[in-house]
Amino acid sequence: MSSAAVARPIVEPRSVGLLPALRNAGLSLLVLAVGCVLWEAYKWLGERLELTRPFPVNGRTMPHVYDMVGQLFEPSRRNGPLLIDVLLDAAAFTAKEAAAGFLLGAAVGFAIAVVLSESKLLQRGFLPYIVASQTIPILAIAPMVVIWVSPKLPESLAGWGAVAVISAYLTFFPVTINTLRGLQSADPRAVELMRSYAANRWRILWKLRIPASFPFLFTALKIAAPAAVVGAIIGELPSSIQDGLAGAILNFNQYYITSPESLWATNIIAAALGILFFVVVALAERLLVRRAPENVA
Amino acid sequence: MTTDAAAVSITDLSKRFVRGDVLALDRIDLDVQPGEFVSLIGPSGCGKSTLLRIIGDLIRPSEGAVLVNGKSAHQARLDRDYGIVFQDAVLYDWRTVVKNIALPLELAGWDRKRRDTRVREMLELVELTGFEKHHPWQLSGGMQQRVSIARALSFSPPLLLMDEPFGALDEMTRERMNNELLRIWQETLSTVVFVTHSIAESVFLSTRVVVMSARPGRIAGIAEIDLPQPRSPETREDARFADHITQVRRLLRKGHALDAPEEDETPLYVAEEGL
Repeated sequence: MSSAAVARPIVEPRSVGLLPALRNAGLSLLVLAVGCVLWEAYKWLGERLELTRPFPVNGRTMPHVYDMVGQLFEPSRRNGPLLIDVLLDAAAFTAKEAAAGFLLGAAVGFAIAVVLSESKLLQRGFLPYIVASQTIPILAIAPMVVIWVSPKLPESLAGWGAVAVISAYLTFFPVTINTLRGLQSADPRAVELMRSYAANRWRILWKLRIPASFPFLFTALKIAAPAAVVGAIIGELPSSIQDGLAGAILNFNQYYITSPESLWATNIIAAALGILFFVVVALAERLLVRRAPENVA
Repeated sequence: MTTDAAAVSITDLSKRFVRGDVLALDRIDLDVQPGEFVSLIGPSGCGKSTLLRIIGDLIRPSEGAVLVNGKSAHQARLDRDYGIVFQDAVLYDWRTVVKNIALPLELAGWDRKRRDTRVREMLELVELTGFEKHHPWQLSGGMQQRVSIARALSFSPPLLLMDEPFGALDEMTRERMNNELLRIWQETLSTVVFVTHSIAESVFLSTRVVVMSARPGRIAGIAEIDLPQPRSPETREDARFADHITQVRRLLRKGHALDAPEEDETPLYVAEEGL
């Protein structure tokens, strides 16, 4: 309330223009370039000083950055398609699973949060188990999910549907925890205000608590989006799905000794997919959430 | 609503908070007539905000009864008989000025066209035309509070409850808001119950000032303010204005003396006035 004396509007220009976005992207690329330079510098020094700790530095432990990127444009096998084409196909397959898992997990996570926020009893009873659900290693439950879910799925979802469920299992947790916090973040006087308008609890939920939870929800979604990609990749492993990034990772793991660049190149594509998921959520947040500049994360 | 019912009728009302076993309000009796502007003033902890919330059915009393427009406070709340304004504007960040003001109208089921017309009138009333599409954080504190008042008045409630609405504003803004509030009160013909810490503000605004004592909250006395209407900045220079301030201050001191006679002369309430 320090601005109380000012009678004119304090209109902050919102930084949604093209120029700031480009500047931010440029900054991120600069950091990436610095990272690459540091990688190469460490490699150069490590090889000359014959470092053995924490690991010996050579072409196998630390391939050149340009070799990793260059590998993308080599044939994946003799007379085969380029590695990047193979990986992009795999990434598209994994992205389909991750997107379905993300949407499913976010919806379920949000619904759980709403139910728990409306009942302190349910919240006390169920919250410990929701936390416990994340202490179970995903690899341990993935086979069960595949067995439970796969037979019940229609033809079009066969195989990858179970992976989406595993991905959702990783997604829902941060969404539930953060949304729960967000739903309870409404100013107590704002609740009094709603009651003064004779609003019942559902109207209070819909008009106040849910909109108030959006900044928390989007924080959770930004955590959950890359987690959904990781969940999909991990889910592919026990499902014996060869079409996704997990298949490529397993495959290039076996050839690491002869061609380490291929696995690194796969990691680059997997990381890029996670970043893409994050960026999509961040853009959605910009479009949907209006809030005071000092609260913008 | 019967025409001869008091706007607010409080009989033998007490409030004991279970937590800490505090008697916040002790046998309060008060009637507010339609069209009155009544201020509740008293030291921190005298229960004036609690009393306001009980009138609004946001807190239940332990004993006694509150009637608003001749109905139970609960029924009056469900009938949307009052609008409330807090110390902070409590606007929704995600809504524009227009949509903040329209919130109670949405909840009351008004259609879009009626809402728009009404909101435009409200913006004129609080002189914020041109700020329709602004978000709350783009407004100064005084402007935010004007939006909050427009929101409280948007559905034309017969009663306006205000809990230190200008307490967070600087002195100059506060005086300007006081003048605006009086103009709005006269234009809308509503009844106002106004909680404040400021003696000068209570005297300037009110037709009656209810002075409360602390722990337990009791009515120490009521000052009838017979300053001429409509009031203007010149009212503050009227000799009777100073007389009424002295009157309220004496009542406050008397209320204070009820609890702590040995601290009789502590200028607790005088100090924060700076008159």
